[in-house]
Amino acid sequence: MDKRVKKAMEPYWTENFGNPNAIYKEGLIARNAVETAREDIAKILGARAKEIIFTNGGTESDNLAIFGVVHAVTGGIGKLTSLRTDEEGNPTEAEFPNPSLSSVSRSHIITTKFEHHAVLNSCKRLGKEGFEVTYLDVGKEGVVKPEDVKRALRPETILVSIMYANNEIGTVQPIREIAKIIRTFKKNGGGKLLSLRTDEEGNPTESKFSSSVFPYFHTDACQAPGYLDINVERLGVDLMTINGSKIYGPKGIGLLYAKNGIKLEPLLYGGEQERKLRPGTENVPAIVGLAEALKIADQDREKESTRIVKLRNYFISRLLGEIPKTVLNGHPTQRLPNNINVSILDAEGESIVLYLDEAGIACSTGSACTSESLEPSHVILAIGKSRAYAHGAMRFSLGRSTTKKDIDYVMKVLPDIIKKLRMFSPVNIKI
Amino acid sequence: MADVDKWVYSSVVKDHFMRPRGFLLGEPKEGEFDSYGEVGSLACGDIIKVWIKVDKETDKIKDFKWQTWGCATAIASASAFAEMIMKNDGMKIEEAMNIKPKDIADYLGGLPARKFHCSILADKAFKKAVENYRNKK
Repeated sequence: MDKRVKKAMEPYWTENFGNPNAIYKEGLIARNAVETAREDIAKILGARAKEIIFTNGGTESDNLAIFGVVHAVTGGIGKLTSLRTDEEGNPTEAEFPNPSLSSVSRSHIITTKFEHHAVLNSCKRLGKEGFEVTYLDVGKEGVVKPEDVKRALRPETILVSIMYANNEIGTVQPIREIAKIIRTFKKNGGGKLLSLRTDEEGNPTESKFSSSVFPYFHTDACQAPGYLDINVERLGVDLMTINGSKIYGPKGIGLLYAKNGIKLEPLLYGGEQERKLRPGTENVPAIVGLAEALKIADQDREKESTRIVKLRNYFISRLLGEIPKTVLNGHPTQRLPNNINVSILDAEGESIVLYLDEAGIACSTGSACTSESLEPSHVILAIGKSRAYAHGAMRFSLGRSTTKKDIDYVMKVLPDIIKKLRMFSPVNIKI
Repeated sequence: MADVDKWVYSSVVKDHFMRPRGFLLGEPKEGEFDSYGEVGSLACGDIIKVWIKVDKETDKIKDFKWQTWGCATAIASASAFAEMIMKNDGMKIEEAMNIKPKDIADYLGGLPARKFHCSILADKAFKKAVENYRNKK
C-alpha cells in the first residue's frame, strides 16, 4: 500500500471513528469522509457520485454486477422457478415471472473464457440456475474480437461481462469497440425489433420497440486504473468493477460503478447503506484509502505507464533472448505496461516460484501445483496453449518501485535456476 | 498471532528441493542401469523417471537415479526416496517395495494433504522399474 494512502486513512481509525450513519458530530465527520471519497472517485471515473457503490472488493463488485442485474431482470432471488430438473438437480426448464421476459425462454449472458474467477464462477453458477452463458474465445493473443461479441448478441441477452485487462496475461480488451457494438445493437431494438407495419418494399414503418435497455455491459477493471483510461463515459460501460488492493490501496475495499437507472438486486440484505445495494456499516478508512489510491493512480498514470512500458519490453526481450524455450503469453504490446507472462518450458512453475522466492523475488505461476484445485491456469488454456505451457507459466508484475536494476537482478538469477531445474527434468517439450 | 512458517513446506522438503540428491544428469549410458520406470504426465504437471541397477546375487539395489519435472514436493520426494533406498549401500528390492507414500512424507517431515497424492510419485515409478526388471529376467 502506498504511504500516502496510509496517511489519508490514518485519521479514520481511532480519531474519527464515528459511524457514518449516526447524526452526532463523529458520525457527520465520518459521513463527510465517505461522501467526499465518493465524489472524488466519481470525478475520476467521469460518473455521478450516486453511481458509485462501495463493496468489500473486486469479487463482491463482480458478483453484485452479475447477480444484481440478472436477479433484478428475472424478478429477484428465488423467483426464478425451476419447473423440471435433471438427475443432478440442474434445472432443465425454468419460468421467468417478469412479464417483459415472458416471451424469452432463457435469459442469456455473454462473457469470456479467461475472466477472473469472480466473473467466471458467477456465470457458471447462473448456468446451473438455467441461464444460458456464452463464453467467448479470446484467440491466441488473448484479445476478444468485437465481431465475436456482435455475433453472440441475442434478443434475450441481458448482460455482457468482459474484463478490461486480464489479470494473468495483462492483455487489454477493446472495451470501447465492444461498447459501441452493444450500443448499436440496443439502438436497433436489441434484436427484438417487431415490425407492425411495413411499406411496399417491406421496410418497417412502425416498430414495437424503439430501443432496448438490454444488454448491460459490465467490465472488471481491477487491473486498469494505474495504466488505462477508466472514464466510464469514454469507455461506454454500464457497470465497472474496481478494487483497492490492485492500485496500492487497502485490501477489502472495492466499488461497483452502476450507471444511473440500472436496477440491481442486492447480494446482501440489511440496512439502507449504499442505497440498500450494499447494507452494512461503511468501511470508512478503507473508502478514504480507495479514493486516495485512485487519485494517485489517476495523477501518475501517464508518467508511470511510459516509464514502466520500457521496463516491461526490456524484461520481455531479455527473458525470451536469454532463456531458451521461453514463450510470451498474450499479445506483445496490447497488454498492461506492468505485466509479463512467459511459459518457461521443461521447468515447472511452482519450483521456479520457490527458487525465486529464495532469491528474494516474488512472482506467480499458472501451474496447477499452487492452486487449491490443482487445476492449471484457465487463462493460459484459453489462449490455446497446452497444459504443459500452463504449468510453466510465470507472471512477473512490475510496480511503482521496480527499476531496471531489479530486472537485471532477476535476469542474473533466473537463467541459472532454469538451468538447474532442467538439469534434472526428464521433459523435453517441442516448441 | 498464528505461527506462520516463512516457507510453504517443511525445512526437510526445502533442503531436498534446493539440494536434490541422486538425480541422473543427462541420458543414461548403455548398460548403466538394468531397468527403468516412469509415471505422471505433462497434462497433470508432474513426470518422474527412475532408473535402477540391481545386484543379481543379493537382489540389492546397487544404484538408483531419478529425473523429475514438477513441483517442489515432487522433486523433494524423489530426492528423499533416493536417499531412503540407497542408505547402507542400497536396500533389498523387497524392502524398498514396501516403502509407502506416507513413509516418504514422514521422512520429509510431512507434506500438505493436497500434495500427497499427486506429488509422491517416486515409489510408483520405482515399482514400475522393478516390474520391468522382473519381466526382463
